[in-house]
Amino acid sequence: MDFSSLNAVAMIVLLIGAATPILLAAIGELVAEKSGVLNLGVEGMMIIGAVTGFITATTTGSPMLGFAGGALGGALVSTLFAFLTQYLHSNQVATGLALTMFGLGLAALMGRNYNGIKPPRTDRLEVPGLSDFPVLGELLFSYDPIIYFSVFLVFAVWWFLNRTRGGLVLRACGENHDAAHSLGYNVQLIRFGAIMFGGACAGLGGAYVSLVRVPQWTEGMTAGVGWIALAIVVFASWKPWRVILGAYMFGGITILQLSLQALGISISGAYLSMTPYIVTIVVLVIMSADRKRASINAPACLGRSFHASH
Amino acid sequence: MSVLLEVESLSKSYPGVKANDEVSFAIQKGEIHALLGENGAGKSTLVKMIYGLVKPDSGAMLLEGQPYAPPKPSMARKSGVSMVFQHFSLFEALTVAENITLGMDDAPNRRELSAKIRAVSQDYGLPLDPDRLIGDMSVGERQRVEIIRCLLQNPRLFIMDEPTSVLTPQEVEVLFGTLRQLSANGVAILYISHKLDEILALCDHATILRHGKVVATCTPKEETATSLAEMMIGGELDIHIATTFSPGAVVLQLQGLDMQSKNPFGTSLRGVSLALRKGEILGIGGVAGNGQDELLAALSGEEKIAPAMIELAGEGIGGLGPNERRERGLLSAPEERLGHAAAPVMSLSQNAFLTGRIRKGLAPNGVINARKTNDFAREIVKAFDVRTPGVQVAAKALSGGNLQKFVIGREVLQAPEVLVVNQPTWGVDAAAAAAIRQALRQLAADGAAVIVISQDLDELMEISDTFAVLAEGRLSRPQPAEGLTVEEIGLMMGGDLEGANHAEA
Repeated sequence: MDFSSLNAVAMIVLLIGAATPILLAAIGELVAEKSGVLNLGVEGMMIIGAVTGFITATTTGSPMLGFAGGALGGALVSTLFAFLTQYLHSNQVATGLALTMFGLGLAALMGRNYNGIKPPRTDRLEVPGLSDFPVLGELLFSYDPIIYFSVFLVFAVWWFLNRTRGGLVLRACGENHDAAHSLGYNVQLIRFGAIMFGGACAGLGGAYVSLVRVPQWTEGMTAGVGWIALAIVVFASWKPWRVILGAYMFGGITILQLSLQALGISISGAYLSMTPYIVTIVVLVIMSADRKRASINAPACLGRSFHASH
Repeated sequence: MSVLLEVESLSKSYPGVKANDEVSFAIQKGEIHALLGENGAGKSTLVKMIYGLVKPDSGAMLLEGQPYAPPKPSMARKSGVSMVFQHFSLFEALTVAENITLGMDDAPNRRELSAKIRAVSQDYGLPLDPDRLIGDMSVGERQRVEIIRCLLQNPRLFIMDEPTSVLTPQEVEVLFGTLRQLSANGVAILYISHKLDEILALCDHATILRHGKVVATCTPKEETATSLAEMMIGGELDIHIATTFSPGAVVLQLQGLDMQSKNPFGTSLRGVSLALRKGEILGIGGVAGNGQDELLAALSGEEKIAPAMIELAGEGIGGLGPNERRERGLLSAPEERLGHAAAPVMSLSQNAFLTGRIRKGLAPNGVINARKTNDFAREIVKAFDVRTPGVQVAAKALSGGNLQKFVIGREVLQAPEVLVVNQPTWGVDAAAAAAIRQALRQLAADGAAVIVISQDLDELMEISDTFAVLAEGRLSRPQPAEGLTVEEIGLMMGGDLEGANHAEA
């Protein structure tokens, strides 16, 4: 076998690109889950973000406006879920699944006239002198702004959740919504906000797929990334820093799979495409086998509907 | 002394009940004022109105002469009224400091707050570590957190709803010390309880509620427990229980029962051993969270353990599930009525079926015999005076006390060999509690063996033949309940399992 075509630095650069949509969607979902909401509609919000981002970018010619449009689209469609689950008390699991299917259908409808169009190019952020520096320059300074933003976002979420009063209140809603309510916090409003943040992040991740990763619009192009993001939140046991670890690991598997295919190793492509999902399942099983640890880390009110009783 | 809070003819109705009917009373600055009454007398509704959780239908309140009508708790707190609830509003996965921050409207930064928590808790003799997780703390310590949270906001009126029901006698003394110190500093305390001795020991004035009305006000120091009780229940106390105790053969034996708790905040059982005889009621005391739930789970069969650790009539049954144990005569009633002892949305009849199927033969061929099931449910309702429109009513529609009578009655009427109950009279009013205790006594008199796990020491002293304490998952050696002093029990609850072992069973 010829491994010389496998360039470690190039592979890392590639895997970070592949991991970014997962990272963005996962960090948004983490915030929603920390507030006690299980939103299984991540895939639907991503595909909506992918199509609204794509439409905005091709119409305006500005990729940055496209990313904003993607985030806005994801946030808007998430308000539907938020309204249904928070104010009409619909079941979160069923509503989340419905959101995914609704999002896939709506996105296909919206994107009918955008097949086969090239979006404006998203340039990488050039740092004069550093970006061309061998190895390190390539590893650290060869990315587009969204990748830097995604890492910053993880830090910001960590800081918000652990260092600010707002973050503490949000976590309190996820731990014991009755107690939070009796202390005078508006649980429904806080969760509404958390769901919208999750939607915006997922939409941004979707726009990254359609504007940078592929880059074009095709139906169903997010291809299960939203589900991986959901799994990563559990894999990370609701800790922001571990979300980065998880996302980059899964990005790595995706890239490795492509590289192995390029090397012509005779494993059926189907098996390789399966690996991220199989690893997800294995990791989830290992994590939840230890009931004690799993139940400590999970927000205690995750997925439970809150009814204000007085 | 001058008046701090004046309540003028407050009324509040709920569908079907007048919770408060023209209630008027006044609290002086710096006094400890008792609010006394049975379950359902309207104490909780009244304080919820004072704390802004419930809006009165009519009437008014004056705080230091100014009109006072808090629309929500945060406004009440701003006016200097704070409250410690019977059920704490704490977050188990957060630290002490984080919990306190959440309850404050203008919390200082973390370092400042931690220092403040340490200082205030030391001042009032309730030491607290701001960085500990609530989940790792005992119920008594959790109450401290609630108290300190209130004290940090410098209240003028401090409301406490049945604060001692979960404390050891020693902890109660510490709490009373704190309350007296607060009162000396000019803070008025509204103390809700139905424990008469506490009110006699602690309170300056008392307002007594019955059926939502003020029936008396008095100075406890001039009263006796009996006279207070008579004002409270409107009749004479008549609880007499026979205490002839002549145990039979050993029927249930636990040997070195070890069990890892499934709850990350629970307490694992360690080497629990006991021998229970026919006709014996063993009272197991101890502060909540010391392994009570785990012990019930181990005995009921919800958690399986090594067969030899539990022997029923000589047979090792540790590995059997609940139904197999029921078949053999070991029945149990857990503490949590809704969701554990009874399925909330299912009818009383269906709930009766759930545990009575085997011993009552309610589904002979796998098909439910509806007539027999309804009859069994009606029998429970009748024998235990469960107030319900019928047996097709959902369990959650019953009041706590009525449902409790139902879940205890359901097990008692299945004629168990051994019955294990956890907190049998929790949240039940005095008359119903007496009925439940009487039923358990009768069961033992008829030859069954009973284990009563409870946090209410008075109840255990009244009902038990033998007594033991669960502390940190270990059980003290059971000994005759007669002649035990409160001090001895307190020591055992503190974990000194050998300290009171001189009088052996």
